[in-house]
Amino acid sequence: MELTIEEVKHVARLGRIGLTEKELEKFQNQLSSILDFVSQLQKVDTAKTKPLSQTTGLKNVWREDVVTPSLSQDEALQNAPEKFKGYFKTKATLK
Amino acid sequence: MKDLSDLTLKKARAGLENKDFSAKELVSATLERIQKLDPKISAFLTVCAESALKQAAAADEMIARGKKLQALGGIPFSAKDVFSTRGIKTTAASKILENYIPVYDATAIKRLGAAGGILIGKTNHDAFGFGSSTENSDFQVTHNPWNRDKVPGGSSGGSAAAVASSLGFFSLAEDTGGSIRQPACFCGVTGLKVTYGRVSRYGVIAYGSSLDTIGLITQSVEDAALLLGIIAGQDPLDATTLPDPVPDYSQSLKQGASELKIGLPQEYFITGIDPEVKQSLDEAVKKFEELGAKIESVSLPHTPDAIPAYYLSGISEVSANLARYDGIRFGHSSSEARKLEDLYLESRAQGFGPEVKRRIMLGTYALSAGYYDAFYKKAQQVRHLIKQDFDRAFQKIDLLLAPVSPFPPFGIGEKAEDPLQMWLADIFTVTINPAGVPGLALPCGFTKNNLPIGLQLIGPQLSEPTLFRAGQAFQVATDWHQKKPNLE
Repeated sequence: MELTIEEVKHVARLGRIGLTEKELEKFQNQLSSILDFVSQLQKVDTAKTKPLSQTTGLKNVWREDVVTPSLSQDEALQNAPEKFKGYFKTKATLK
Repeated sequence: MKDLSDLTLKKARAGLENKDFSAKELVSATLERIQKLDPKISAFLTVCAESALKQAAAADEMIARGKKLQALGGIPFSAKDVFSTRGIKTTAASKILENYIPVYDATAIKRLGAAGGILIGKTNHDAFGFGSSTENSDFQVTHNPWNRDKVPGGSSGGSAAAVASSLGFFSLAEDTGGSIRQPACFCGVTGLKVTYGRVSRYGVIAYGSSLDTIGLITQSVEDAALLLGIIAGQDPLDATTLPDPVPDYSQSLKQGASELKIGLPQEYFITGIDPEVKQSLDEAVKKFEELGAKIESVSLPHTPDAIPAYYLSGISEVSANLARYDGIRFGHSSSEARKLEDLYLESRAQGFGPEVKRRIMLGTYALSAGYYDAFYKKAQQVRHLIKQDFDRAFQKIDLLLAPVSPFPPFGIGEKAEDPLQMWLADIFTVTINPAGVPGLALPCGFTKNNLPIGLQLIGPQLSEPTLFRAGQAFQVATDWHQKKPNLE
């Protein structure tokens, strides 16, 4: 399965990863060969098989809807690269 | 203070209780040993001497006051650097978390601490657990203590190398597709991958949430049984933990392997498996027969499909889980970005290594419109077939016995340039994670070049007692797990 450079660019953009031209080329080859390999699954007959995405059989695990102790505002912000008056600070979303 | 490499967890605890040595002496000796030997193997990313010595002093005070020492009172251990440790840097071996200091403890860390265990440091691994050699760490390459030109396995290579080198009595680690069993095998130590949901994942930096399991790298099966009793059990902070009560695992250690039905999955004994590995496995099978186990051949027909199904499931969950690294709330943040989208693109470009980028992109692709059915959904269907293979096999037998790795530890750099070859190194370990079943890796021999060889026992969900039963019987009858590398 040969990915085009455009497809690699698209998928990098979807995953929000900036890539250099050199990386694009390297990943084009590597991702293509890995996709080739995983494509062997297409040969497996799954017509009568339901998907299984977890193995515990647990569903809808609830707890009482009560307030319990949690992080303080200072703790929650402790690792923030930039903060402003008790908020996370981010860049402009519009020009 | 005795030579640490002669001590077991049990002997260390007895030594503390009998006041042969103090917790401070034990912890100091461990820290000194790390200082002396770790430069040779680079197993540790962080050593927390100050907090460890403080806890040792507290343990000594308890002993002095005549209080009963807890199960792990005064015992130094390490943890893979994916476990959140309050106030202690936790990096996931990735530059994106280079300076991250958690404000809370993972549940498993909390439980070990409450039992008196003393965290001495955080160990190296492939960034976010993505790899089979620990070469994908953004910070350092860990060396195999048996031969420093070889990899220690991965992703939990630092944990396995530390335990093999007697730098802490055990290591808390994590297994998504073999990350405990394969490095344990490569370093000649014991590795336990638990049933999915048996141990809380709360506070553990995620790889693939439906596959991640928290387990242990130890000197022996006996230690694994003791420690699992401490960390296992339901946790209100992890909704996927199983409500089943935690049994007294020490009971299963006494039961022996007699009458156990052990299956050899024919798909795991394929051509291409290293002859020395094959020979050690054959000898181990004979040993189990001598111990009274009944051996038979079984088939797990979907084994060849497990690697692609595992990786597609894993990377799809990776692309979702690693979306949280946005450069805003924690972790590396690009200083040049002006706009929000550039902040995402640049922070992630600078903070993630190549294997992380590959997995995020592939997972994003597998989940994207037009490819979801062909990749993600197909992988979940095959996952169901894999699970059914195991269910069928376990109707006839108690445990499966298989190699951990098709070959002994490989050379540093040997597979680093070919990501697909690295993925294929996991051929015998990734199969069990999609099925949620537990596995126990045990040392079972050495190559003529003195490199460790390991086997794994695999059981149905919640069969940890049976794994311990068989594993302990094997370790009573053999001494592979007692061999130590010469690092001096």
